[in-house]
Amino acid sequence: MRGLELLYFLGQQMMYFSMPLLIVALGGLFSERSGVVNIALEGIMVIGALASVLFIFLMQQFTSVSGNILLLMALGIAALSGLLYSLFHAYAAINMKANQVISGTALNLAATPFAIFIGRLATGTVIGRTVQQIPFKNQFRISKVPFLGDIPYLGPLLFQNAYITTYICLLILVFAWIVLYRTRFGLRLRACGEHPQAADSVGINVYKMRYAGVMISGALAGIGGLVFVIPTSTNFNASVAGYGFLALAVLIFGQWNPWKVFAAAIFFGFMKTVSASSSSISILSGLPISSEVYKMIPYIATLIVLVFSSKNSQAPKAAGEPYDQGAR
Amino acid sequence: MSVIPSLLAIVAGFLLGFLILLVVNPNQALDGIGIILKGGLNKGLAGMGQVLYFATPIIMTGLAVGFAFKTGLFNIGASGQFTMGAFAAIYVGVTMKGLHPSIHWLVAVLAAMLAGAVWGFLPGLLKAYRNVNEVITSIMMNYIGMSAVNIMIRATVYNKLKNESLPVAAAANIPKWGLNQLFPYSSMNGGILIAILCVFIIYIVLEKTTFGYELKACGFNKDAGLYAGINAKRNMVYSMMISGALAGIGGGLLYLSGSGKYMKVIDIIATEGFDGISVSLLGMSHPIAILFAGIFIAYIKVGGFNLQLLNYDQEIINIITAAIIYFSAFALLFRSRIQAFLTRREQTKTDEEPEVGESQ
Repeated sequence: MRGLELLYFLGQQMMYFSMPLLIVALGGLFSERSGVVNIALEGIMVIGALASVLFIFLMQQFTSVSGNILLLMALGIAALSGLLYSLFHAYAAINMKANQVISGTALNLAATPFAIFIGRLATGTVIGRTVQQIPFKNQFRISKVPFLGDIPYLGPLLFQNAYITTYICLLILVFAWIVLYRTRFGLRLRACGEHPQAADSVGINVYKMRYAGVMISGALAGIGGLVFVIPTSTNFNASVAGYGFLALAVLIFGQWNPWKVFAAAIFFGFMKTVSASSSSISILSGLPISSEVYKMIPYIATLIVLVFSSKNSQAPKAAGEPYDQGAR
Repeated sequence: MSVIPSLLAIVAGFLLGFLILLVVNPNQALDGIGIILKGGLNKGLAGMGQVLYFATPIIMTGLAVGFAFKTGLFNIGASGQFTMGAFAAIYVGVTMKGLHPSIHWLVAVLAAMLAGAVWGFLPGLLKAYRNVNEVITSIMMNYIGMSAVNIMIRATVYNKLKNESLPVAAAANIPKWGLNQLFPYSSMNGGILIAILCVFIIYIVLEKTTFGYELKACGFNKDAGLYAGINAKRNMVYSMMISGALAGIGGGLLYLSGSGKYMKVIDIIATEGFDGISVSLLGMSHPIAILFAGIFIAYIKVGGFNLQLLNYDQEIINIITAAIIYFSAFALLFRSRIQAFLTRREQTKTDEEPEVGESQ
């Protein structure tokens, strides 16, 4: 492939990598901005993907609901299951004043075996073949969005071979920015992550705000799990391939700011796309470099960019610290 | 006193496990929990050998993560350091056959240590001098390490047929030091003794030396450390290098164990690094406690293998482990509750005592 065709292909592929990173990193952003470090993103993604893929699997087996209606319903399931799972983290971090790294690690640890366990149970009872991979039929790809897909240049780049999830993720990005920076709720949420004592002194319920932050992060990470699985596979194998941790990296890379997180997710997704499709890019496949080397490029590129961009960290000041009303 | 919260967490974790067993198959739940509790003891000393074999690498990665925690750093990159160490050990073990047999394994372990330290060096350096968050650099280094090792195995010590590394020379395997006689398990080797040695060295460094005190001081409060004239930046780099070295040794010990384990060329990050996070959290970052936490997690893991005999899913063990870690996060609250309870009792005692005096 060469020229425009290649560009369109890379743009479409990039979305498959960038969107899950974006949505999960935004989830992490809400949690950390409220003052709770959430390294459980990986585990929450797994649970979100598990519940929603299981839902799709069952619906495709027993009902005739299909297409994007089914995908939208599954998105709701993913958000709900992620939110519920994140409550464990919220309870430990906020009520029990637990070490947030510990409870996050525990949620990551529990998610994969739980998904394998449920996967085997479901496939064993429904299709009589006990495997941990939950299969689904991918009927969700939109080959061309009506009207928009015909726009020259932009159409093939953004509105062909696309998934409805991409547009939902972009909408959530805009919505997240509005909520965080243009509403009273957002201001209060951010205050709880910077200086909870000050927030409390003006009558903000720090515990409630932090619960809200963690629950939003759970819902978004749950959606991220589904968004990751749908375009890249036809089954869910109890794993999201470390994307939760990568999203954490994107969040830090993006300096806890929605637009910078978006840029970081696009940057990383682009690098990942180039490395994954190096064999179909004629300029790259001609070079005497093995595909393993290309695999390292996204990570090395991120490291290099970080070296030049991290001098001033914008991390929320109180993130990771349990809020104690009695402390001064 | 400080172990009580961890014990409570373990009990709570097992209760949850029992609940899952009950839900899955009520008839065998009692037998199931029995098998889990018996863990490695199901097969006597041979089973304990199996436990120690599985414990060795995760004690090392646990020690790596715990050491970094003590000095205020979150080393999520133990996986990458472990992988680099494993490769270095295998490389020395396969290629340097000219070495004297009595030191071949030692050179291989030292190479593993060095490789791990190198992989920890960069995140430490970037954190200290460029203010780059060590969590993100460590995650990146995990992926870079994984691909780099795949490339290096293919280029140097590759068994093309099986898509894995070549076997190391016999002399490169860790000596058994008679442990295989004590614990009649085929994969038993001296690695556990090296891990225990590392635990004691780290304990002494952290608790009994000025260097360790400085590292901990910087971890506790960077500004205070700076004020006291400690070179916090340099210490951060040292700390990550030591942490990486420990994880690297872990990789070496696993692949020099003579158990027929070879490095596969696959795109999966080594799980031992993440297991290390659990071990260090359960051990509350204390070296000696990490030793026991590693053995404990390996112990119930072996119990999990046996659980399959009852047709239970082995994954239940991993859920129990996760639950134990989760409950151990409540340690802070447990401890303050217990303390409050004890002081209240003390107080009632002191209140009662004068009364006793009066009646006499």
